[in-house]
Amino acid sequence: MNQIIKKIRMLEKKNNQKDMTKINNTKAETSRQMVVLNVYRANTHRNDLPRVEKFQIPVQRWMTVLDALLFAKSYLDSSIAIRYSCRMASCGSCGMKINGVPKLACYTKISELQGNTITCEPLSNFPHIRDLVTDFSQFFEHHKEMAPFIHNNNADIKDENKLSEFKQTPQDVDNYLQFSYCIKCGLCYSACPTVATDTKFPGPQALSQAYRYYADTRDDLSNRRLNAVDGKHGIWRCHFAGSCSKVCPKGVDPALGIQLLRGHIMGYSRNENKIAKLRDPT
Amino acid sequence: MMFKESQIMKIHYTTGLAALFVVAVHIIVRLMTPSFSLSLLYENVINNYHNIPYSILLESILILIAIHGFNGLRIILLELRQNKPWEDGITIFTIAATISIIAYGTRTILVANWLG
Amino acid sequence: MKISNEWVNNRENREGIKGWLNPSRYGWERISYWFQRLTGVFLLVYFIGHVYETSSLLRGENAWNAMLEITQTPGGHIFLILVIGTSTFHSTNGIRLIFTHGGKGLGNPGRPDYPYDAISLNYRQRSGIWVALILAAIAMLYGSAVLFSGK
Repeated sequence: MNQIIKKIRMLEKKNNQKDMTKINNTKAETSRQMVVLNVYRANTHRNDLPRVEKFQIPVQRWMTVLDALLFAKSYLDSSIAIRYSCRMASCGSCGMKINGVPKLACYTKISELQGNTITCEPLSNFPHIRDLVTDFSQFFEHHKEMAPFIHNNNADIKDENKLSEFKQTPQDVDNYLQFSYCIKCGLCYSACPTVATDTKFPGPQALSQAYRYYADTRDDLSNRRLNAVDGKHGIWRCHFAGSCSKVCPKGVDPALGIQLLRGHIMGYSRNENKIAKLRDPT
Repeated sequence: MMFKESQIMKIHYTTGLAALFVVAVHIIVRLMTPSFSLSLLYENVINNYHNIPYSILLESILILIAIHGFNGLRIILLELRQNKPWEDGITIFTIAATISIIAYGTRTILVANWLG
Repeated sequence: MKISNEWVNNRENREGIKGWLNPSRYGWERISYWFQRLTGVFLLVYFIGHVYETSSLLRGENAWNAMLEITQTPGGHIFLILVIGTSTFHSTNGIRLIFTHGGKGLGNPGRPDYPYDAISLNYRQRSGIWVALILAAIAMLYGSAVLFSGK
């Protein structure tokens, strides 16, 4: 109980600090009526030479970078290619480099950014398709390599009348829950310095997903996952530069998952082969 | 493959920690001499090599840092390119370079030990 | 890893080494990553040079003294001071990395709340980087005092 109260107080303190920062930044927000949006333009399939196009965007107070891009697309140049969907940081489609750092365009308010110029470029480390759109095939391929599903030989998936149900404590869930919040937006993959040169390295997203399923007590593929990542270009090529966790918009903290998984391989943490028990359907 | 990557990395961490310990002893021994410049006099250095425990210390520094250093370089190079000739080349280079530097340094320690 | 060659060979739009060498965008851990790598390569080069330098003992006193003279110039002293600083940083930060690489000092996974700050990038492990930098600076000052005093 005390811990919960402590946490609430901590959050209150954090929010108060944030409000103060907002108040301090109010001048910068209101004084900026217009921003210049620099948009990277090129069509790889037509072998276009990359160029940067500038758009003058009128700023409204809570405008996000995605809103600005959609304004440019609606009123200034309809040929700008952007991938987006939910506009609320849930789908992970609108990842791009904003002022050189990977961010979700829908989750980045213009008021958070310094200066009167905003530069939007496609995510690094993903093959480029057109303008701000990149190809995620390789990224998803790495993700699939980690067997991102729960495997359990004891679970009966054929008999629909006898549905399997596992028993997990809240602590068991906490061990993997935050890693399951991953929306596969690719920001961590774009920020990682190892992915920048090593094409065989699975990247922070895939490795943290390997931990997500490793830590799940319903899963019994633990050893296969450990072996899959213990290669020349596997988990050991992570050097804890922390950039993945820095840019993650959902608090997944991929670096934490990777280090915890490595802790199990190194024997820092006990390899608990605790498998959740099946609840008797009767 | 002879070693799993996890085993190589455990060796990397262990050699790093052990090297830190032996280099610390090496530096403390040097600082225990009355003056830094005197400790580098030819006769004093040769005398150091006549001291068997000190020679063993130097040899262990040589082996530990060679393994740790060249494995570190292997890691950096592995991340640069990904194709079989490059990766095999790096493995061969790492092993050859580690053995060469250990052999070269060991020769110095042994011959200096025999010098009068 | 069973990734097909088509994907492995596709290096298009990778940041390359430029991605390693741009530490300022992502905070202290990225700076530590960059320093650890840079100091490691520098120390390896020094180690090879040092093993070669000591082998001049076998060519007699004159050869040894000639080799020593190179390090007893102001430039040589500065190089040695850099070796002292980089080795101190590499060792101290290396110890921090041995712990963090196993998940020690990073905190436990939980339920993330807005604004979703990563718990692994906490002050407990991050202070290791600052300690490494401070110790490196102290070691360099001490090294300068010993080397430039000429004793």
